[in-house]
Amino acid sequence: MVQLTVNGKTHDVEVDPDTPLLWVIREQIGLTGTKFGCGIAQCGACTVHLDGVAVRSCVTPVNSVAPEQQIVTIEGLSPDGAHPLQKAWVALDVPQCGYCQSGQIMAAAALLQSNQNPSDDDINAEMTNICRCGTYNRIRAAIRMATGADTGSNETRPKEVGRG
Amino acid sequence: MTIAFKPSRRDFLAGSTAAAGGLMLGFHIPFNAVSEANAATPPFAGTATPELNAWVVVKPDETVVIRIARVEMGQGTLTGLAQLVAEELDCDWSRVTTEYPSPGQNVARNRVWGNFQTAGSRGIRDSQDYVRKGGAAARVMLIQAAANEWKVPASECAAEKGVITHKASGRTTTYGKVTLAAAQLTPPAEVTLKDPKDWKIAGKSVNRLDTPDKTNGKLVYSIDVTMPGMLNAAIRECPVFGGKVKSFDAAAVEKMPGVKRVVAVGDTGVAVVADTWWRAKTALDALPVEWDDGPNADVSSEDIAATLREGLDATDAFVGNQSGDVKASLAKPGNKVVEAVYGYPFQHHVTMEPMNATALFTADRCEVWTATQNAEAALATASTAAGLPIPQCDVHRLHLGGGFGRRSSSHDYVRQAVLIAKEMPGTPVKLIWTREEDMLHGRYHPVTQCKLTGALDAKGDLDGLHMRISGQSILATINPQALQNGRDPATFQGLNAGGAEGVLGYTIPNLLIDHAMRNPPVPPGFWRGVNNNQNAIYLECFMDELAHAAGADPLEFRRKLLVNHPKHRAVLDAVAEKAGWGKPAPEGVFRGLSQQMGFGSYVAACAEVSVSDDGKLKIHRIVAATDSGHAVNPQQIAAQVEGSFVYGLTALLHGEITVKGGRVEQENFDTYPMMLMDEMPEVETIVMPSGGFWGGVGEPTIFVAAPAVLNAIFAATGKRIRSVPLTKADLRKA
Repeated sequence: MVQLTVNGKTHDVEVDPDTPLLWVIREQIGLTGTKFGCGIAQCGACTVHLDGVAVRSCVTPVNSVAPEQQIVTIEGLSPDGAHPLQKAWVALDVPQCGYCQSGQIMAAAALLQSNQNPSDDDINAEMTNICRCGTYNRIRAAIRMATGADTGSNETRPKEVGRG
Repeated sequence: MTIAFKPSRRDFLAGSTAAAGGLMLGFHIPFNAVSEANAATPPFAGTATPELNAWVVVKPDETVVIRIARVEMGQGTLTGLAQLVAEELDCDWSRVTTEYPSPGQNVARNRVWGNFQTAGSRGIRDSQDYVRKGGAAARVMLIQAAANEWKVPASECAAEKGVITHKASGRTTTYGKVTLAAAQLTPPAEVTLKDPKDWKIAGKSVNRLDTPDKTNGKLVYSIDVTMPGMLNAAIRECPVFGGKVKSFDAAAVEKMPGVKRVVAVGDTGVAVVADTWWRAKTALDALPVEWDDGPNADVSSEDIAATLREGLDATDAFVGNQSGDVKASLAKPGNKVVEAVYGYPFQHHVTMEPMNATALFTADRCEVWTATQNAEAALATASTAAGLPIPQCDVHRLHLGGGFGRRSSSHDYVRQAVLIAKEMPGTPVKLIWTREEDMLHGRYHPVTQCKLTGALDAKGDLDGLHMRISGQSILATINPQALQNGRDPATFQGLNAGGAEGVLGYTIPNLLIDHAMRNPPVPPGFWRGVNNNQNAIYLECFMDELAHAAGADPLEFRRKLLVNHPKHRAVLDAVAEKAGWGKPAPEGVFRGLSQQMGFGSYVAACAEVSVSDDGKLKIHRIVAATDSGHAVNPQQIAAQVEGSFVYGLTALLHGEITVKGGRVEQENFDTYPMMLMDEMPEVETIVMPSGGFWGGVGEPTIFVAAPAVLNAIFAATGKRIRSVPLTKADLRKA
């Protein structure tokens, strides 16, 4: 039996102690917004917050997490999907397939907790999650929008729209 | 999640247009033999309101449900198709929702939704006509129902945003109020579609319908499916292509926690079924398996490259495009001959969502929940694996966590899930591949080499070009029926003499483009951009080589040859102008160009790069232009351009699958790296629809990114890089 605090709620789960936190979140707790992408902490699709810090849950053994540590998943980032990052993500239509986006948003949220006004270089350095659809420029623009910064030169709307 | 619906008399749109298959890259699916009488498809859950037709349901609460036959995998087709239907329907866009019919329903209704295949950038362009007609027909019926109620001619009524108005009397009603009466009316025999210049919803940069649930974890992907009593499976197939399972020791893991069964999957794989996937995977890792590596155990990338090299000068080859006498041109005294050999490796799709499927098998029915780009092909696969006729099977579709062609090229994961579930009748089983399994059992971008030989005349004009492609054919493996006397027409994507798909823009007096087919035992697949990817690199980089040899400006050299193809030239001119071609670039920054036609659209790119003294490449900016004829959602076209560049540049910078001992050497992102945010250039998109035709969007721009960058690298360093990926290249100045 392992006790975990996920999105403010305590869960007692029957699980093998070395099971990665990702699979406990998905299979035992039933929150599937956190995704499996690689299993070796390369892609970041499994990113959750552990006491406010972004961790890759696919390589975090559940027995390394203490019951009082606060795990936050995409479902718990805001009660109504209205975190500034989520709003910016919607405004700029960031996702394409969307599979990596929970991890991207959680990584971005952790970044903003430690650096409220990141430069593009800061964003590039911290945001190392893989997106195969190629939403990187819109992710960067959305992070800047969420901080209230100018979205910069990363155009998300084409300037020239001809006739239909 | 189970969606289905009742056979209805309202299948008027099941005309020849919707049912027409005949795609060059299509699949043969044995559905025509299935009669409606045999089908046992349950109704759409939660759709109590009768439909207006196969495409549209308007609920009394004004919700508009638009049915989408093609699938959403990030490319925006769901929203684009809904825009087209809503445009003709004149409904309130804010009330639009969507749902997927299943392939079983399609079969049961004589393929009323037409083709489900979502590949080849065809989602919108192949179905725009009949989905718009569906919206228009529903509008006519809704207006007629209101007119009947008011006892006035329908011609005196008009609709806007779901509100119907009788102009003379000023009376109004809503779609929701008349939908039940409208559903009883006979559908119109003919409808007139709007002129695109009058569009109000289509043609506009509306936001995607699927975005909110992709930002809060609510969207249920195939990998997230759960159902009561469900078990989970992990699988391993013989890592060597063509190999089999010799033996496995089930007893060694059967007592491990949570393990329910260890099952053979055909004669090539073995799966562990457990209460959770992690336990299934853990037991599978511990399972002793002996493989019979089979006939390909010694195949290596080096052998494959040698076979392809031989094809570069082979006598026999399939002709793709020919004019004049290229041999004479190359031998003509006074002509300057330029020659180069290029190569393109195997690459992997690496969808972020690994392959997975959930199957439920009983004695008389098999259902599958999965992510597929071709649900009808998935249904055919499920039926074969289950040993049940198609009307006793169905496939429930979910949005894809990436497709890129992997989920159209093969439904091996569906076959496996059904074979496993068949061992446990009545129990739903979810199969998830590890990333390692995914890397080892891809349907890889085909491997090719290309020898280009060009002849420049005394004036520096291109008099002759021989382009010899040697290598793998996708169709020979995936759809051999589509070969034409052994020739794979898809090999020549972007190089064709005519047609609407991918015409060679250059007019060259003496031309031969041919293909020596060499098929190594590594399964190929359609991979975003498909054969345009390497063809654009080969041709567009060589055009740059020719321009250089002729002492000509690369833009002007191309423009001259594009004289007969103004649309090709227009996109090239557009990027050149916006990028400032011919004007000084920032210090240390160099430009490269490319253009190509593919998937019915005209695309061009201008890349700006710098290369440091120690050979480090930085791609600063790419300006891209797309003429897709019509533009249903310009901001989503821009998104596809940005995204396709990440796909194309990842391929250029990092993408290579190598083979040793008959198996793939790369197993995860640590050995098959992806482009990350820090490598992403600024992308400026020019959407320039010229009207009059419907081109694709999801793929075309991918293939101009790499050649534009390679040409810019030459401008920066004087080095021609002729093989992909750049990790193998030394970019320090020549």
